[in-house]
Amino acid sequence: MAEIPSFANVEAKPGSTKPDPILIADGVMRSFGGLVAVDVKHFEAQRHSITALIGPNGAGKSTFFNLLTGFDMAQEGHGTFNGSPLKGMSSAQVARAGMVRTFQLTKALSRMTVIENMRLGAQQQSGENFARALLSPLWKAREQEITAQAEVLLERFKLIEKRDDFAGSLSGGQRKLLEMARALMSKPSMLMLDEPMAGVNPALTESLLDHIVALRDEGVTVLFVEHDMHMVRRISDWVVVMAEGRIIAEGDPHEVMKDPAVQDAYLGAHHDADLFEERS
Amino acid sequence: MDFNDILQIVVSPVTAAFALAAIGLNFHYGLTGLLNMGQAGFMLIGMYGYAISVSHGLPAWAGLIIAIVGAVLFALLLGWPTLRLRGDYLAIVTIAAAEIVRIVGRSQWLKEWTGGNTGIRGKDFKDPFESLSPFPDKLIRIGPWQFHGNAWWLLTVAWILVALFALLFWRLKSSPWGRVMRGIREDEDAVRSLGKNVYSFKMQSLVIGGVIGALGGIVFAHSQAVSPDSMSRTTTFWIWTALLLGGAATVFGPVLGTCLFWALFVLIRQVGPLMLPNLDGTQVEPLALAFVGLGLILLIVFRPQGILGNRREIAING
Repeated sequence: MAEIPSFANVEAKPGSTKPDPILIADGVMRSFGGLVAVDVKHFEAQRHSITALIGPNGAGKSTFFNLLTGFDMAQEGHGTFNGSPLKGMSSAQVARAGMVRTFQLTKALSRMTVIENMRLGAQQQSGENFARALLSPLWKAREQEITAQAEVLLERFKLIEKRDDFAGSLSGGQRKLLEMARALMSKPSMLMLDEPMAGVNPALTESLLDHIVALRDEGVTVLFVEHDMHMVRRISDWVVVMAEGRIIAEGDPHEVMKDPAVQDAYLGAHHDADLFEERS
Repeated sequence: MDFNDILQIVVSPVTAAFALAAIGLNFHYGLTGLLNMGQAGFMLIGMYGYAISVSHGLPAWAGLIIAIVGAVLFALLLGWPTLRLRGDYLAIVTIAAAEIVRIVGRSQWLKEWTGGNTGIRGKDFKDPFESLSPFPDKLIRIGPWQFHGNAWWLLTVAWILVALFALLFWRLKSSPWGRVMRGIREDEDAVRSLGKNVYSFKMQSLVIGGVIGALGGIVFAHSQAVSPDSMSRTTTFWIWTALLLGGAATVFGPVLGTCLFWALFVLIRQVGPLMLPNLDGTQVEPLALAFVGLGLILLIVFRPQGILGNRREIAING
């Protein structure tokens, strides 16, 4: 069990420094045409903790996420993960370095079975090389290790009964679980979850939250994007609030919502959201 | 009506050549989800590479290597700008590139090498292969099949190649390599997020399928001659039809699909004039082609997974 770090000495202000950051971003800027989607001066994520990234719709959370994981390129700025620079790294390289992400719109590989989805998440399978793939003795042993590892994870995420079903036949919540389990196949040091609770029924949400906390307790650093403040308060150790591409506040999950800047950003956005819903 | 013609076409070298091209396309589309709309271009590259080399005095093995290297380079050239983009771009670029190869091949500009629109005559390049034939140089009948000795030799080699590449497909599909490919077919961003170099895998698929297509082109050239206009857009769509008919992503789908495709094609050509007596000779071929189009539509609507396919595993519209 890894020790959960204390945030007691961390200042509750945007861009605050943490005692042991695993992920650092500096001066990250991304604009689409004239629209500045992300403009983050400084960001740090504390190792072995759960950091929530919240903010109203259009705040740039997902874009920031994409920039950190190599799915998008920043025009300016740089970052480091575990001490190594992220600049110029492809999304696949970021994943191999130990920072694995999931997606807001779940990307279960529908026409592959659950166990195949899981196996795909593993690293160091030499049978993924074309020439070696032809000779099964070269990769069979590793394949058995991977399968055993996958079955343990499926057991844990209560998907073992679905082992040989196509991933497309799973419910929305089960797909979220599968995506998270698959991300864990590579034994990442950091898990990036883009709205892990979106579209999941309440019962499964509870179990998802428990899984995330359990992962933190095992030493995985978690950064997740979420809308629901209730969820955020329940599991996160630290909250980073974004609005209009910038980090506007940071702090303890129970305190940060009291920040007037956050209330302003949120109320404004919620006001808009409600209006929009009424109209449609 | 002559069922013998149907029996002949099913085993003929032309069918084997198309089966090879369809297996190549199965690597692209069935396994990896790449929309290669220019498989005929790969076949042309193969036949030009071989026939030009051999007709200029190079030995057969050198011609074979040049054809394969040509297909590899063609795949790299097409894949380099497009495989980072969404799938549609590959489709557009391949269809255009295949036409460029054909039009350059048939132009007068390179006539000295490619023979212009008449192509390269069979006798200019077939000798090295046919001299290896163990069959006597005369008509031979085996069961219902009657071919010239050289054709027997060609179809033996061609069907052995088909079997080998079907075996290769089977081995690779169920390997970790094939698993990454199938993952890419489903969602390449997900595969990227799991640490795989998607671009490299897609390129490998494009190269392998293209090389198999080029070998199909060499077989085709030996069964007839090198003629650029026999490898037009229509040819690519025949290969697609054959693949979808048999079942994409299956091991035997492309082979079964190609045999059935040609059997039906010959059948329609024979039945057409019987049903429509005032059809003149030049109208029979277009009629058969119209039926191919109709068949492709019906196939996609009613059985998108093809004959051997598992609908849950692959269908054209997911």
